[in-house]
Amino acid sequence: MQQLTNKVFVAKASELPDKLGKTVQFRGMELAIFKLAGGKVKAIENRCPHKGGVLAEGMVSGEHVFCPMHDWKINISDGKVQAPDHGCVQTYQVEVEDDNIFVMLPDGQ
Amino acid sequence: MRKKKLVLIGNGMAGIHTIEEIIKQAPGQFDITVFGKEPYPNYNRIQLSKVLQGDTEIEDITLNNWEWYEENNITLYAGEAVTSINTKDQVLETDKHRELPYDHLILATGSNPFMLPLPGVEKEGVTAFRDIKDCEEMIAASSKYQKAAVIGGGLLGLEAARGLLNLGMEVDVIHIADYLMERQLDKTAGMMLQKELEEQGMNFLLEKQTASITGKDRARGLLFKDGEKIKADLVVMAVGIKPNIALAKESGIPVNRGILVNDHMKTEIKNVYAVGECAEHKGMVYGLVAPLYQQGQELAKHICGIDSEGYQGSVLATQLKVSGVDVFSTGKINEDSTTKSYKVFDEWRGIYQKVLIDDGKISGAVLFGDTKDGNRLLSLINKGAGIEEYLDGKQSKVTGSGPISEMPSDEIICGCNGVSKGTIIEAIQSQDLKTVEQVKGCTSASRSCGGCSSLVSDILEHTLGDEYHHNQQESICSCTPHTRDEVIEEIKHKGLTHTKEVMNVLGWKSEEGCSKCKPALNYYLGMLNPTEYQDEKESRFVNERLHANIQKDGTYSVVPRMYGGVTNAEELRKVANIADKCQVKLIKVTGGQRLDLLGVKKEDLPNIWSELDMPSGSAYAKGLRTVKTCVGADFCRFGTQDSIGLGVKMEKKFEGLNTPHKVKMSVSACPRNCAEGSVKDVGVVGLDGEFEIYVGGNGGTHMRKAELLAKVKTEQEVMETTAAFLQHYRENASYLERTSAWVERVGIEHVKEVLSDKNTFINLVQRMDEALSIVQEPWKEALEDGRLLRDLYQNVKVPTKSK
Ligand code: SRM
Ligand SMILES: Cc1cc2nc3c(=O)[nH]c(=O)nc-3n(C[C@H](O)[C@H](O)[C@H](O)COP(=O)(O)OP(=O)(O)OC[C@H]3O[C@@H](n4cnc5c(N)ncnc54)[C@H](O)[C@@H]3O)c2cc1C
Ligand code: SF4
Ligand code: FES
Repeated sequence: MQQLTNKVFVAKASELPDKLGKTVQFRGMELAIFKLAGGKVKAIENRCPHKGGVLAEGMVSGEHVFCPMHDWKINISDGKVQAPDHGCVQTYQVEVEDDNIFVMLPDGQ
Repeated sequence: MRKKKLVLIGNGMAGIHTIEEIIKQAPGQFDITVFGKEPYPNYNRIQLSKVLQGDTEIEDITLNNWEWYEENNITLYAGEAVTSINTKDQVLETDKHRELPYDHLILATGSNPFMLPLPGVEKEGVTAFRDIKDCEEMIAASSKYQKAAVIGGGLLGLEAARGLLNLGMEVDVIHIADYLMERQLDKTAGMMLQKELEEQGMNFLLEKQTASITGKDRARGLLFKDGEKIKADLVVMAVGIKPNIALAKESGIPVNRGILVNDHMKTEIKNVYAVGECAEHKGMVYGLVAPLYQQGQELAKHICGIDSEGYQGSVLATQLKVSGVDVFSTGKINEDSTTKSYKVFDEWRGIYQKVLIDDGKISGAVLFGDTKDGNRLLSLINKGAGIEEYLDGKQSKVTGSGPISEMPSDEIICGCNGVSKGTIIEAIQSQDLKTVEQVKGCTSASRSCGGCSSLVSDILEHTLGDEYHHNQQESICSCTPHTRDEVIEEIKHKGLTHTKEVMNVLGWKSEEGCSKCKPALNYYLGMLNPTEYQDEKESRFVNERLHANIQKDGTYSVVPRMYGGVTNAEELRKVANIADKCQVKLIKVTGGQRLDLLGVKKEDLPNIWSELDMPSGSAYAKGLRTVKTCVGADFCRFGTQDSIGLGVKMEKKFEGLNTPHKVKMSVSACPRNCAEGSVKDVGVVGLDGEFEIYVGGNGGTHMRKAELLAKVKTEQEVMETTAAFLQHYRENASYLERTSAWVERVGIEHVKEVLSDKNTFINLVQRMDEALSIVQEPWKEALEDGRLLRDLYQNVKVPTKSK
């Protein structure tokens, strides 16, 4: 089945803190968006696959975020949990136009 | 040419040791695949005892990490079991329906714990002691239940029992024989061991047979054949192991008790080998790593086509890994009609040593209380040496010269891995090794049970002389080989100013570090240059970034300061009003004499802080937490000093300070020490006309009693001594090292000596004042900075209608 997506405006890049995450709430779902060191913006599901830690509050290092609950290391680009732990989080495509950040989100039912 | 496919079933200690040897002998020659039922890379099963006893963590017992498999091009299927082997077509199948052909197949499936077939054995709360899962189950049970029973008074059972004691449980050990460890010890040693363990708090039920495990769904107790009953919410079965041969048997590979192998560890089926606890060689099945590693080495040689005479069987030696008890035994244990013995029995010091002699040759030994000679006796037995050689050695030791220089170069230091003194010295010299960790990495000595690490340390000292420092530091984290001291030196020397710069200049392996090194560097930079350094929010753990403790559900807690544990009606009214208004989930009195408002949403934090209008209690900080006080001279009939007043002063002076780890203090007004100064980082005890200052106490994970640093006359001196002590700690401890660990490492005498120099003392106090001069009240700071509020405390809410 083809998944319909919505291009949703979430924030202005200039208003996001550097090298930190931000919680974005949209239709009952939560994303964590990160502005990485080079200014790149990424979006992932805001829930650690381990025990549901809030990933937006994790420590960001390069392309990885460390979950604040038990320090699992998660790749922000592909969503993969790094060894020795296993699992993955949903990633979302991000588009930046000028200063505006859009995230491609699944269409609500 | 196609590489030969080598498949290993069983990702455990024996199998992976064999693979390590194969890679060493013939690098890149095989295409290697490993199947392991457990979902982890190869870990050190032996150290499970230490995990349970709280001396190490599960994360730290990995022997070969995931990267090792990758670097050596080994395909690892962890969490996947092989279910059948077709030995004719040389293909195997797994429980994930994977099929894989092989050219060589090694079975290293280990053992299964033997579970007595008692009624009730299937109940919840009944476990073996074999793998990580069992360990986790015991640790979890210990947090809920009080009573444990261990069935089996052998090596494993006693190590389990010691672990459960450490986890705070009451432990009964049930044993069928009339003394402990009867397979490794004689009766005299067994009784001495029992006495020692009873003193440690274990309770023994000997010559007891369990009839059933009682309880509904969960175990609640044991019923014995003689009708007696005991309570137990956790039952650990440690009565033995049986080789795991089911897969081999079903696949038509000949087995007896274990899988039958010859001297080259070949089974009777072509291209199929077995090694480890699952293998039976000349009627023997082994359950200790030393023989299993020898088997692995022989098998590796054979597979790599290297000639050797093969495996010839092993003499066993066992050691009990319970701290405070030294027990060793090897070879023959009990005398028979032809045996003579050499015995030393020193009841006063609790030492018992027995060496057995058959035909003039040493055939076995049991040592209790002093086991230094253990490995030497084992080598002598292996050499077939006569008793004279042992006794002569003993003589010369008495007359002087250190034990290391005495030792012949071929003497085995690490029994598990068969590493001799000569090999270790060779490695130290040729590869310029400086630490036990490095020796472990290069030679494998002390890599398994760890029992010989102090000997390895002695050899390092013997070989390197003054160059060797016992307390060699580890690198900060896996991003860098540099130690804390090196990094600090470089920061000072090169004038580095932020974390990223340190990482770049010192060649960090990862571009932006990790959750270990980022906060550490942030601390070091701030400590070295307090007035200029810009603290990095992104290098702070969430609690310290948001100035509130994150909870398991993502909400936060708010702990305002109540200096010295003192509050008043107005403050309490304020707290009560806010709790109502913001619907705080729970108000709790903390262990630190103040109130905690729990379950607050992140966005509500600024609101609560502003209404409370009280300073942050820093209950999240690597900094000053609380200063606990007792009621003191104003009220208490024993009080000699104004403990509350002094405590409040100390809290006001040191609040907001950044330290390597949290710092807790207390002030009591008499030696009854109601504010618990013996378990504080700084504990002040007021006496008539003077104060005692204790430091380095800890009441947490690793209990430590504080030691006396100084006795002083005035409050002013208490404040200054505390300042000097804490500043010295700030400048010298590693990040995340509590004062307890640090004082233990450097020694209280050293700290006293440093502070005894007048100039040093004054300088430390001055540098402390400088560090304190930049402290800001964090809640107020956040409230006054719109950008901080937006960046850290607000979520983005996307309106639903948005396109
Ligand atoms: C709130 C409190 C429990 C309580 O309700 O009483 C508490 C709560 C936490 N403690 Fe504690 N500790 C509390 C008193 C203690 C005490 C007792 C004391 O201070 O008198 C100890 C043992 C004494 C000691 O530290 O020497 C204690 C030893 C620990 C440890 C182990 C420290 C160690 O060096 O072994 C940790 C883990 C750590 O810090 O790394 C810890 C960590 C924690 C954390 C911060 C865990 C975390 O990182 O999330 C807990 C936050 C819970 C939460 O969700 O908010 N807590 N903790 C106490 C706060 C006191 C306060 O007013 O600030
Ligand atoms: C708590 C404890 C303390 C110990 N202390 C000591 C000590 O002080 N000194 C000492 O020398 N020894 C000690 N031992 C014993 C030592 O750990 C073992 O002898 C050693 O680990 C055995 O190695 P192995 O490779 O034969 O078996 P294991 O390490 O058990 O490895 C076998 C592996 O094969 C896997 N497996 C089984 N069947 C399959 C299948 N069909 N497919 C895929 N995988 C499979 C198993 O899950 C297991 O992971 C201790 C053991 C324990 C449990
Ligand atoms: S409050 Fe302390 S003791 Fe209690 S669960 Fe949390 S860390 Fe453990
Ligand atoms: S919840 Fe993320 S590591 Fe445990």
